Amino acid sequence: MFNTLTERLSSTFKNLRGKGRLTEADIDATAREIRRALLDADVAVPAVRQFIKQVKERALGQEVSEALNPGQQVVKIVQSELEEILGGETRKINLAKNPPTVIMLVGLQGAGKTTLAGKLSQHLKQEGHAPMLIAADLQRPNAVKQLQVNGERAGVHVYAPHPGVSSEHEDPTGDPVEVATSGMEEAKKRQHDIVIIDTAGRLGVDQELMQQASDIRAATNPDEVLFVIDAMIGQDAVATAQAFNEGVGFTGVVLSKMDGDARGGAALSVKYITGKPIMFASTGESLKDFEVFHPDRMASRILDMGDVMSLIEQA
Amino acid sequence: AKSNNVFSKGLLALLAQDDIDEDVWDEIEENLLMSDLGADPAMELVERLKERVTVEGTRDTETVREMLREELIAMVDPEMDRRLAATRKDDKPAVMMVVGVNGVGKTTTVGKLARVLVAEDRKVILGAADTFRAAAAEQLTTWGERVGVNTVRSDQEGADPASVAFSAVEEGINEESDVVLVDTAGRLHSKANLMEELGKVKRVTEKQAEVGEVLLVIDATTGQNGLAQAKVFTEAVNVTGIVLTKLDGTAKGGIVVAIQRQLGVPVKLIGLGEGADDLAPFEAEAFVDALLAS
Ligand SMILES: Nc1nc2c(ncn2[C@@H]2O[C@H](COP(=O)(O)OP(=O)(O)OP(=O)(O)O)[C@@H](O)[C@H]2O)c(=O)[nH]1
Ligand SMILES: Nc1nc2c(ncn2[C@@H]2O[C@H](COP(=O)(O)OP(=O)(O)OP(=O)(O)O)[C@@H](O)[C@H]2O)c(=O)[nH]1
Ligand SMILES: [Mg+2]
Ligand SMILES: [Mg+2]
Repeated sequence: MFNTLTERLSSTFKNLRGKGRLTEADIDATAREIRRALLDADVAVPAVRQFIKQVKERALGQEVSEALNPGQQVVKIVQSELEEILGGETRKINLAKNPPTVIMLVGLQGAGKTTLAGKLSQHLKQEGHAPMLIAADLQRPNAVKQLQVNGERAGVHVYAPHPGVSSEHEDPTGDPVEVATSGMEEAKKRQHDIVIIDTAGRLGVDQELMQQASDIRAATNPDEVLFVIDAMIGQDAVATAQAFNEGVGFTGVVLSKMDGDARGGAALSVKYITGKPIMFASTGESLKDFEVFHPDRMASRILDMGDVMSLIEQA
Repeated sequence: AKSNNVFSKGLLALLAQDDIDEDVWDEIEENLLMSDLGADPAMELVERLKERVTVEGTRDTETVREMLREELIAMVDPEMDRRLAATRKDDKPAVMMVVGVNGVGKTTTVGKLARVLVAEDRKVILGAADTFRAAAAEQLTTWGERVGVNTVRSDQEGADPASVAFSAVEEGINEESDVVLVDTAGRLHSKANLMEELGKVKRVTEKQAEVGEVLLVIDATTGQNGLAQAKVFTEAVNVTGIVLTKLDGTAKGGIVVAIQRQLGVPVKLIGLGEGADDLAPFEAEAFVDALLAS
């Protein structure tokens, strides 16, 4: 049993080598291995189905290249299609014409929102902005304190009028929508040009909390709503991305915990389901671990493409 | 929208036909894949079903559905020992460590578990061995107060986690506690230095008392990476049980099937929410029924 795409493809290539033209059967064989690789990388099943169909169509219609053998040709097609889907138009954070620019963070529990709030604020501060953080998660124990610590590390002001759930307050104090609204006033008064709102983690099926997120959005009219999603997520990426897109509506995606060894097929799934751009990758627990998203690297990662490309060179 | 019902299109269409079409089996396989079961188990199940449908010559949807349910339950193995080691041993408290990657629900699970144990009249102490993440010790202390137990923690940020765990067990011994629950920092299994640190936390703790239970927390939304997590954590600290959290969402947690099969480590508990009472024992049949439900 071959385990990696590289291993499996190289056995497929053995059969393909020396042929001048790609037959439908050849394409099917390669496509099967690629399907398996995508599934192992947690790409959503409907996205895999659609993707493979597209690749097959393109491969069949393709003129035979002089330089590449048929197997190489299919892999090239796969890689370019993946990059295209993941990339699309890349863009920076939308800045408001009339500051403050408002950035709201949403996502499932534990996705990495509060950590990202710290990272983004540090990053924007380094770019010459004066960001302020708003602590609108009053529910998860000590979420406010966690944001305050991150803000302190980044050297940015944290607006936290309510401590939220903590040892002293068993029940949530204050209302997240109200905190977000008054935070906007505070930011204007203090002349911050960027506001980042940290919100509680919530499930796609939690109607009440989804409504709350939607209310925060309505009250603050954000320039960006960033959906933070864990790179380790599996097939649930589809239902979750859909629920957040319909429930709150987001403008961009941040893929977190990219410092791990998950292949991160969710990137493809979320893009496929929502069409929203993946803007950043979160790559560690410290505030500096944050980068702009690279579609080409992600395509290689999902398919184990680094190895595959060297394989092509050998073939 | 989402269609996790294995029989939504696949088998019904299949059984209406005389010829069993490869595409139809593919669809069934896809439906299994959608619960994060993983390619190997899904393919294996479909092969077995194919075989049984041929051998037993059945064409009845209900029968095939029942077959699939049976096969899945067998795969999840209802016979595994899922009890928790939570009683004093050798005149010392039972020590449990909770481990896992970042953000899966370790601290919350410690809180919930303490609640269950307290309800059974056991005396519990918490150890805040996550000295790394912002406000992690505060979070655990809040949980401790919520369920009425003490938390041993260090006042210094970045203190040695092993020595906090050591002190917690020491206090548990002095206080004659029944159980000491040690919360640890989230860490990615791919980071060798952090896994080494975790090994040290366990070794140092065991200078006080045996760590009888190492619970690995897996988030139900986790995809195929969960298997790598389980392998590496098991190598580092010999995991004795899995806690599958966040099953209150839409994720099915199918990856635990492969984890149990490959590593022989049973899922012992499930997390069903953010509240103190949202913890339940794992039940193979209920898990499979949820997996098959749309
Ligand atoms: N390794 C790694 N850990 C991360 C990354 N981003 C966040 N984390 C960790 O993941 C855990 C959860 O992060 P949080 O920022 O608290 O996540 P959250 O989305 O705010 O969680 P809730 O508020 O509970 O919903 C923490 O242990 C973070 O340190 C990342 O990019 N890499
Ligand atoms: N819906 C739901 N949320 C959960 C469950 N268990 C934990 N959570 C939430 O998930 C988030 C992370 O939980 P924590 O207990 O802080 O996770 P952790 O593994 O200790 O995180 P780190 O220490 O940062 O690695 C919090 O928002 C919890 O409220 C569960 O079973 N269901
Ligand atoms: Mg948070
Ligand atoms: Mg924790």
